[in-house]
Amino acid sequence: MTQLALVIDLNVCVGCQACVTSCKEWNTSGTAGPMADMNPFGKDPTGTFFNRVQTFEVGTYPNTETVHFPKSCLHCEDPPCVPVCPTGASYKREEDGIVLVDNDKCIGCKYCSWACPYGVRELDEHQKIMTKCTLCVDRIYDESLPENERKPACVNACPTNARLFGDVNDPESEVSAAIREQGGYQLMPEWGTKPANHYLPRRKARITIHEDELIRADNPLRKERHLPMPDADDPTLDETTSW
Amino acid sequence: MHPAFSVIFLTTLIGAGQGLFLALYTGQVYAVFDVLPVQDPVNFYALGSLIALLLLVAGLISSFLHLGRPERAWRSAARWRTSWLSREVIVLPAFMGTVAAWGLLHYLAWNPLLFSFRGTFGIDLSMVIGAVGTLLAFALYLCTGMIYACIKQLQEWATPLTVLNYTLFGLASGFLLATAFANSRGAGLVDFLGGWAIFATVVAFVTRAASLIRNARLKPKSTLGTAIGVRHSKLEQKSQGFMTGSFNTREFFHGASPRKFLFVKWLFLLLVFPVPLALASAGIAAESTGLLLAAFLTQYVGLLAERWFFFAQANHPQNLYYQTV
Repeated sequence: MTQLALVIDLNVCVGCQACVTSCKEWNTSGTAGPMADMNPFGKDPTGTFFNRVQTFEVGTYPNTETVHFPKSCLHCEDPPCVPVCPTGASYKREEDGIVLVDNDKCIGCKYCSWACPYGVRELDEHQKIMTKCTLCVDRIYDESLPENERKPACVNACPTNARLFGDVNDPESEVSAAIREQGGYQLMPEWGTKPANHYLPRRKARITIHEDELIRADNPLRKERHLPMPDADDPTLDETTSW
Repeated sequence: MHPAFSVIFLTTLIGAGQGLFLALYTGQVYAVFDVLPVQDPVNFYALGSLIALLLLVAGLISSFLHLGRPERAWRSAARWRTSWLSREVIVLPAFMGTVAAWGLLHYLAWNPLLFSFRGTFGIDLSMVIGAVGTLLAFALYLCTGMIYACIKQLQEWATPLTVLNYTLFGLASGFLLATAFANSRGAGLVDFLGGWAIFATVVAFVTRAASLIRNARLKPKSTLGTAIGVRHSKLEQKSQGFMTGSFNTREFFHGASPRKFLFVKWLFLLLVFPVPLALASAGIAAESTGLLLAAFLTQYVGLLAERWFFFAQANHPQNLYYQTV
């Protein structure tokens, strides 16, 4: 069974907010109608976003690390927002696992937003219905677009390629390989929601060097003491001979 | 969570309405067995069920104010297989209809005897309708409580105590109102209903205190570490991705100062339990409708505070993502 999802690589995300703006741009002009921007030029502007990039600091100065953390609907395999919906407006698609809201059925009771542990559903202040990331369902199947653009707007926009898109249930897919080989993990596994979106952790390349690897040994046999061990200050073979 | 007044009024009003109906019907059942005196059908049962119905209607109107698209509310009966909210949407009108039918039977004095047991006591139609109403009243308490108790990541709510508290608070306030009503309209019911009102209030104190103690000892299952998946003892948010408010910052934070939060807690502990108990005891002893009504109104105001605190105390794990602008 197909389960489309995003895999977000925290190792490469630079927090540029390009995914946030391209998401807003695509979805505000999409089939679901504009995403509200209330009071945009006033004192307290507020609006609907399907995707946010947040910033966290790990550790204590000077040993700190900045983690930019994009956050959108995780399209859970067991979404808690779906069974609580009284109208059936909140649903998970059988064919590709995308969690969607039916705009014509939603009554705006906000119950699904209480049931979601991640806070990724927002009530649109203008339409008064629940809105959320659609994984650009109106884009990924659009055959009028060139094939390499049939991806969510955020994935297309990411300049560092921190966002991968694909079927996480297909073991051969790029996203499955990334999760498998680069330590992909899920958010808040304690609630049993089985998020389809995964995150790749910060990774560092380290090698371990032992002290004896730093000392030049002309004759490895010395180590086994088959020959008398010369003094460490004695000239080495390179210093006494020249080629 | 942000306490929404629409939901606060909905739960307290229908709770009292259910309790009032249960009190009236209990009186009727006891009267059938000659334990309590029979009441006037129009002046007591019909009028009483009208008051219960008014409370339920007020609650229903309040619930509509909670919706973004109230004109689509009829759709919410669709998912009763999975959603406790949908179940409540079905049970509430069914219960209202039953209360209306029960009151109307008494008002019209159309109450055919269905069967009798060896001529000692008879079961009439209103008894059967009332029994259905009783089942629906308890089903409604269950639905209302489970709406909150079934959300497992709201750990303050996810306990059977939530359902128990909703039931007991509804019974206490409903029986208290019934006591005041019986004092002015009924005959020989005050001690019986007042006794049960006091009993329900005392038991509710025990279960609410138990949930307060439980919640004070809760350890959040989600931490910033599990929220972003970084294992480190020191994690700090530096930016939430926007500078002004959003749905996330409005819906899930109560926004009250710690002082106000504590004040509301002690206010409800005072107004729901000791003050109405004292007023009710004095009212029963003095047979004073004024004192009994004051007891009900005090407890009702206390229940509004209790419900506010119930919402405000619940800490949603999404708040972990919104700690710094």
